[in-house]
Amino acid sequence: MDNMLNIALPKGRLGEKAYALFERSGFECPSIKENNRKLIFENEACGVRYFWVKPSDVSIYVERGAADIGVVGKDILLEYEPDVYELLDLRMGKCRMAVAAKKGFHDDRRRTLTVATKFSHIAQSYYAALGRDIDIIHLNGSIELAPILGLSDVIVDIVETGTTLKENDLLPMETIVPISARLIANKAAFKFKNGQIETIAKRMQALLEEQA
Amino acid sequence: MNTSANQTLEALQGELRALYEQSGYAQYKMSKFEEYDLYVRNKDFLISDSVITFTDTNGKLMALKPDVTLSIIKNSGDALAATQKVYYNENVYRISKGTHTFKEILQSGLECMGEIDDYCIYEVLSLACRSLKCIGRPAVLDVSHLGIVAAVLDDFVLPNAVKAQIVKCIDEKNCHEIERICAENGIEKRGAERICSLVQLYGDPLDVIAKLRDLFADESDCTALTQLETMMNAFAGTELYEMLRLDFSVVSDMNYYNGFVFKGFVEGVPNSVLSGGQYDRLMQRLHRDFGAIGFALYLDELERLLLSDSGFDVDAVVLYDEGVSLAALSKALEELRKSGKSVCAQRKKPEKLRYAQLMKFENGEVKPLG
Repeated sequence: MDNMLNIALPKGRLGEKAYALFERSGFECPSIKENNRKLIFENEACGVRYFWVKPSDVSIYVERGAADIGVVGKDILLEYEPDVYELLDLRMGKCRMAVAAKKGFHDDRRRTLTVATKFSHIAQSYYAALGRDIDIIHLNGSIELAPILGLSDVIVDIVETGTTLKENDLLPMETIVPISARLIANKAAFKFKNGQIETIAKRMQALLEEQA
Repeated sequence: MNTSANQTLEALQGELRALYEQSGYAQYKMSKFEEYDLYVRNKDFLISDSVITFTDTNGKLMALKPDVTLSIIKNSGDALAATQKVYYNENVYRISKGTHTFKEILQSGLECMGEIDDYCIYEVLSLACRSLKCIGRPAVLDVSHLGIVAAVLDDFVLPNAVKAQIVKCIDEKNCHEIERICAENGIEKRGAERICSLVQLYGDPLDVIAKLRDLFADESDCTALTQLETMMNAFAGTELYEMLRLDFSVVSDMNYYNGFVFKGFVEGVPNSVLSGGQYDRLMQRLHRDFGAIGFALYLDELERLLLSDSGFDVDAVVLYDEGVSLAALSKALEELRKSGKSVCAQRKKPEKLRYAQLMKFENGEVKPLG
């Protein structure tokens, strides 16, 4: 079996920040910084192989064992509930999962609330805990449009600064859960590559505590 | 040449059957169907909620078995004269996580029911290790003792829902969430740290037990820890010890399981291929006043691993023309097969078959082509 540790990173700014943390933990891979379209980068000396994947796919790669570890947002973990170990809160990519609606929206509890979201499972669990009857409208993007066009009463989505909501005359109403990036590991890989995975997690934890 | 995954799975099933029978476990054959009522009453014990149901000719609502253990307990009777040791090789019907549709899953496993003493536990744990060894890849059996997890959690009075959240985090080795939940529920930092220390323990059993002793230093007697130590000492020095790891993140449903629980992993398969434990609580719920321990090996998870793809479906394709002597052709093919090759006779070159060598039967003999 390949002894390299396979690491799935989310494409984009969060992935770059996460890589910087791996680098500072002693698992650098200089080729990753080259400006090209490659998706896989490895550094045999450090025993690591990184690959860029769509952020929402990281947990699939890890759960299915194509990656041993990965960095993924808590939103994805809550939505898809993959069977993985969640080893560290990396305290980056911080935002929150929130309910938002048009300014002046009043929740009339006599009728079913329509909720537009990309995160159907999170929305369903949240409203089930409140005992609120809802109808989910699953959308894949531009969620903010839904209440403006009357498609839904509210939306459940990620709110970072709130600027997008504000520019579309929407207001955050409730925070469902705070979100940040997490280090996850495949359960079988944790057994067979335990030394490498524990070393990375411990070094990252030390760096994060130093930062705090 | 071995070109079929089923052949390999069959060989593994044969090895497992011999292993279990050698230890005095009798084969338990059962019907594919069971009364649906059995599953309604024990829904949480099932891995997936959904069950395929149908109405039998007598009007009874029946189900295609999603689980084997419940049926074995049901048929065990109220009282056992001696410990009952059985093994099975059965299909169960569950929802596949990937496709969200029902799938037939082949399971092998065993159950030991009756007065469960330390020897019974040792025997089942060692058979779990040996079952993993039969797969022929590096393997690990993660063992936990729910008595130890319960001892740490019972330090706090918590609503069941909060306890369930903490148990979920233990399963995920998720210490940061454990700290958050503890802080939100008024558990002092030391308490959260104790749970996290338990979750983070992983590795060689006797090394972990030494660390556990520190964790339980304030408690004069922890029966579960003593039982765990006795068991691991019994394995020390055996060839199976190297496969064992202690891992307290193995937390099967504590409403059904108690005592030892375990999960098996083999290199090359991304999830656990074996799962088992003591389920005395399930026995109590089914009004049985004896204990039980067992495990299941998920053979379907091994299919991809066991399929040794040589790159060819067959060693040789032999082409023959119409009108050749039947006796001469079959004799030539038989001789080729005797040399250990798999041979497929065809009139035309097959489009989709992958073969190592293309041959032709001409003038009474087989010759390579090209």
